[in-house]
Amino acid sequence: MSDVLEVVGLRTHFFTHAGVVKAVDGVDFTVRKGEVMGLVGESGSGKSITGFSILGLIDPPGRIVDGSIRFNGAEIASAPEPELQKLRGNRIAMIFQDPMMTLNPVLRVDTQMIEAILAHEDIPRQTAWERSRDALGLVGIPSPEERLRAYPHQLSGGMRQRVAIATAFLNRPDLIIADEPTTALDVTIQAQIIHEAQKLTRQTGTAMIWITHDLAVVAGLADTISVMYAGRIVEQGKTDDVIDRPLHPYTVGLLGSVPSANKRGQRLYQIEGMTPNMLAMPKGCAFAPRCRAAAPDCATAPEITKTDGRRLRCHHPQIAEAAT
Amino acid sequence: MTAPLLEIRGVSKRFTKRLDVAGKIARRLGSKIREETVHAVDAVDLNISPGEVLGLVGESGCGKSTLGRVVAGIHAASDGQVLYGGKDIATLSGAEKRAATLAIQMIFQDPFASLNPRMRVEDIIGEAPRVHGLISASDTSDYVDEVMGKVGLDPSLKRRYPHQFSGGQRQRIGIARALAVKPKFLVCDEAIAALDVSIQAQVINLFMDLREELGLTYLFISHDLSVVEHIADRVAIMYLGRIVESAPTEELFAAPKHPYTKALLAEAPRLDQRKRDFAPIEGEIPSPLDPPPGCHFNPRCPLARDDCRAQRPMLEAISPTRTAACHHWRET
Repeated sequence: MSDVLEVVGLRTHFFTHAGVVKAVDGVDFTVRKGEVMGLVGESGSGKSITGFSILGLIDPPGRIVDGSIRFNGAEIASAPEPELQKLRGNRIAMIFQDPMMTLNPVLRVDTQMIEAILAHEDIPRQTAWERSRDALGLVGIPSPEERLRAYPHQLSGGMRQRVAIATAFLNRPDLIIADEPTTALDVTIQAQIIHEAQKLTRQTGTAMIWITHDLAVVAGLADTISVMYAGRIVEQGKTDDVIDRPLHPYTVGLLGSVPSANKRGQRLYQIEGMTPNMLAMPKGCAFAPRCRAAAPDCATAPEITKTDGRRLRCHHPQIAEAAT
Repeated sequence: MTAPLLEIRGVSKRFTKRLDVAGKIARRLGSKIREETVHAVDAVDLNISPGEVLGLVGESGCGKSTLGRVVAGIHAASDGQVLYGGKDIATLSGAEKRAATLAIQMIFQDPFASLNPRMRVEDIIGEAPRVHGLISASDTSDYVDEVMGKVGLDPSLKRRYPHQFSGGQRQRIGIARALAVKPKFLVCDEAIAALDVSIQAQVINLFMDLREELGLTYLFISHDLSVVEHIADRVAIMYLGRIVESAPTEELFAAPKHPYTKALLAEAPRLDQRKRDFAPIEGEIPSPLDPPPGCHFNPRCPLARDDCRAQRPMLEAISPTRTAACHHWRET
């Protein structure tokens, strides 16, 4: 399988009055054609900023200060705005957590979807309309002709997210970045949305980055998982490896804190403390102050080590019992 | 069995949107405009025994929060009664009423919206017990320290304002505020939904510790099945204002009887399921303004037949410990 996206040493910093916030601080990963990568982290870990950086959507005071983003072999981290505009919505699409952010509230669904096609292709409006209708049908929206004439506020949250997904898939992109697309939705609707996304990636070979805080969602969906903490990827590997045999103490802790049937009624493993202040990051390993395995050498930041296709950033890998 | 601590008998809550002047005139002139009524909670019966944790699960709009608010006395029920210790709270008066209302406290979902941003933590926690005469003004400071210690907050931070705390700490402040009046019964409405995974685990552990330490009874409202499975003794599933199934947690998760419960359990993502094919149930929750006739779940139900569209299935005992509201539960 060929690499769709290769991110190397990505650093996105925000230069605020209070100091430099290193929201993304040295992130590497690759996504291959048709592959789903789960990017997991808690709020403030930099997972969304990583997604925004790939699309060139970082606004001042933020800036990509270092690193390379290669998309289908071409460098896009430093690409000029017109180049990026050709990619966005066409070759790389994004699905946001809140579909109201993606959809313009004063335009009808058809206007917005047709615009997304015509911005990149010179085809008759009628053809674009038909493609929009078919796309809505694909994501399981009943009577798509009618829905095309609706305004976003006339649709339910689940319907809006489907419209956002249909719009993302309109131009058959090579890569979709989905930023917590189901967090605001109910369980049954979440399952429907994941189902549609899964079906579409399989049919079209589109690669996907699924950004989420919910390990259980990516366990069932992703091929590979990258776990982020305080702007860095701390562990990376195949889904089964990361979830069944986590090595980084943070991953171990995260998995342990997810309630599941066989831990019923017992105390959950808890990671003490909270995520560090991004303005005053601890020296060395950012997780050390909360880590049970922390030792004096954790005062120097661990480098990424590679073994058996897994990547890890820790001096003291855990061989913990499987958390499930 | 022991007598229930809290009993919900046939409680309904309706919200009616009244017509404005223009609407009333339009109706006089023959327009079909009419008042819209939402049946948020529709004749719900539930019992909660002392020391028990009852999980109330449902999707958004199913009325679970409204039911929680009726129990906590924030909304008055349109019909039915809430009995605390065998007595209808609505008919109590004086000291008895005050004792019953203080005994039931609520913890809210959003720790950012549920704390007054202009009050210091010591006032947020200390105000209610002082006003209700549980402690004297001079003891307030010590009492606040004690309560903060109980929920794992550093008492030296009590002069601070809510914005100086993280989400998880704020939720602890909300819990401390509820505990300050020495309640027996806590309504937790999505109390951990807004928190990060690692912080969720801390707060779940806190709830379980407090339960043991103070002998609390919980109505634990959540949309998250795995959390409810972890913490609850018994689970009630709600759909569009009605309880569709209730059972002891282990039995419910091992063998769900109602088709909606089955669907919910099948679709909740779990760590132990890899690369699965998500095969969701069709459709969405219908509008509570215009619920389908008969069983509310019938448009989405794989078992639906004519009788489901015609007649509402009542909640019936399907075993000594379980109830379900479905005409065809035997087929699941």
